[in-house]
Amino acid sequence: MLSVTETREIIFSADLLNKMGEVVSHFPDGKQKSALLPILHDVQAEFGWVSPEAMDKVADFLEIEPIEVYEVATFYSMFFLRPQGKFVLEVCRTGPCCLVGAEKIISYIGEKLGVKEGQVTADGLFSYRGVECLAACGYAPVLQIGPEYTFYENLTTESVDQLIEELKNKN
Amino acid sequence: MGRKLLLEHINVPGINTLKVYREKGGYKALEKAIKTMSSDDLVEEVKKSGLRGRGGAGFPTGMKWSFLAKPEGVARYLVCNADESEPGTFKDRYLMTYIPHALIEGMIVSSFALGANTSYIYVRGEMMPQIRILEKAIAEAKEAGFLGKNILGSGYDLELYVQPGGGAYICGEETALLESLEGKRGNPRIKPPFPAIAGLYGCPTVVNNVESIAAIVPIINMGGDEYAKIGVGRSTGTKLISASGNINKPGVYEIELGLSVEDFIYSDDYCGGIANGKRLKAVVAGGSSVPILPANLILNLANGEKRLMSYESLSEGGFITGTMLGSGGFVVLDEDQSVVRNTWNFARFYSHESCGQCSPCREGTGWMEKVLHRLVNGKGKMSDMDLLVDVAKKIEGNTICPLGDAAAWPVASAIRHFRDEFEWYVNNPELSQKQNYGLAHYADPLPVLETVE
Ligand SMILES: Cc1cc2nc3c(=O)[nH]c(=O)nc-3n(C[C@H](O)[C@H](O)[C@H](O)COP(=O)(O)O)c2cc1C
Ligand code: SF4
Ligand code: FES
Repeated sequence: MLSVTETREIIFSADLLNKMGEVVSHFPDGKQKSALLPILHDVQAEFGWVSPEAMDKVADFLEIEPIEVYEVATFYSMFFLRPQGKFVLEVCRTGPCCLVGAEKIISYIGEKLGVKEGQVTADGLFSYRGVECLAACGYAPVLQIGPEYTFYENLTTESVDQLIEELKNKN
Repeated sequence: MGRKLLLEHINVPGINTLKVYREKGGYKALEKAIKTMSSDDLVEEVKKSGLRGRGGAGFPTGMKWSFLAKPEGVARYLVCNADESEPGTFKDRYLMTYIPHALIEGMIVSSFALGANTSYIYVRGEMMPQIRILEKAIAEAKEAGFLGKNILGSGYDLELYVQPGGGAYICGEETALLESLEGKRGNPRIKPPFPAIAGLYGCPTVVNNVESIAAIVPIINMGGDEYAKIGVGRSTGTKLISASGNINKPGVYEIELGLSVEDFIYSDDYCGGIANGKRLKAVVAGGSSVPILPANLILNLANGEKRLMSYESLSEGGFITGTMLGSGGFVVLDEDQSVVRNTWNFARFYSHESCGQCSPCREGTGWMEKVLHRLVNGKGKMSDMDLLVDVAKKIEGNTICPLGDAAAWPVASAIRHFRDEFEWYVNNPELSQKQNYGLAHYADPLPVLETVE
């Protein structure tokens, strides 16, 4: 699962290191491993995914074994183990959303981007995937975009067109 | 419209700020608790209120609190379960987004009652916007002297932190949540010991749902006895219901427990009826884990009386004709929906989310998904329904945590109540790919039971 490796040199910025230190302070002495999930989110926000190289650095920082980081990163669905598009459209595919058309929205996004789930568009901007219930079933269909997980609700094919246009322009 | 205790001020502009929240009576419960009540008084009030855990299991909160071990010199923890991942449930997100101080105030009062000096709110990682909102609310509360050292001059200290999850439904299960909070994979622990004895870092811990903790505020303000007068029987107080699916007004509603299901679905104060003039086919009343019921059984009990939105009434009839209130995730299916497809979707969800520790759950959820997948694609066999029931039975009760049961019940109940729709898929492999089975007899009046002399 950790088949993809990083090609860039991984340097943790001062800002990132600050954030990491802050999270560790939330926990009792000796329980710094509790900071692992928040730190992985911060690392992913900075690099776009969590590479084995970045995980090794996190292990170093928390004074735990690298395997303790790998096993966690591979368990949770939010951590990307390979590079993604700049914008990852994560669309809910669970029952309640499907009652009001989520499946159509997912296939529409696939057609529109011209890639399969998990693949990245040629310009490096987009990827998409189906995710499980996002606790927003009343506003379905919904999608989110990290790293701040902004929400887009009551999706229609028109609103998807508009969103993709906006993201392209934002870039 | 019933009484509102949690969402009364939800539409007040700025209610997400400490200032407006206080203008509307916020943090009065905290002052009352810290200045006039002891830890035992608080636990007693919560016991009197009859509040039952709002996360899904419905365990009495006061009783859970009274089980907390208090060994000398050992830290105790309160952990709020804001993992909200049960399909159909989105009330905690709503509460945290619009009235975050209700949760923060509840956390402070509850931590004081339990004698915890460090507490955590474990929020699913996808709710980053809500995490930011809570962090801001915590900063405001700290600034006002409601958090930190020597709160309101009482000598009581409390630090409150927000922790993001990583995207895993299983981390809503309380012991998996604790593992996750310790920075590990979310594998549920074998119980006993229960968290009240050995929870976070092996210390005594209480885990409560967002809504349970927010409900502590009105309970302390009005007193447990007054709170217990709202609702019906052992279903006291108000409950947030997340309504979704094919209804006119999806959203989060605060109801007084005891409202009739019919009113909840059809009244303009709540769901506003079925969307697009369609007819009701089925309801999943308490989040994806509870048994699905056809229209006639969700609206009425087998004895012909109206079914109510309460713990007891929803489970009336056991698993033969009843379901459960669960987390209050109320998912409505209209006549155009396929129960077979919805069942497959849920089975796929559980198979994806099984942590994989126990073979009946890991393998069983996978098999149910496979069999349902072929059924829904018109490639099923008549024997598949019995096979599914058999697999569901073998999972149920044979696993470390209740996810196994949660995966088995929706499948078993769908086949129990909608077997003819499954058979129709087998008998009509082509037609079933183009057309739906429709409403069939699922809304027909229930047969009147005759009593034999
Ligand atoms: C698979 C599974 C998922 C769960 N998910 C949640 C959840 O998302 N939120 C929640 O509050 N409780 C969830 N629970 C229930 C918790 O284990 C626990 O009972 C609850 O947090 C206790 O709080 P309460 O007594 O206030 O309801 C889940 C249980 C299981 C078995
Ligand atoms: S029942 Fe399923 S989710 Fe729960 S511990 Fe066992 S394998 Fe994991
Ligand atoms: S099912 Fe899509 S948000 Fe809940």
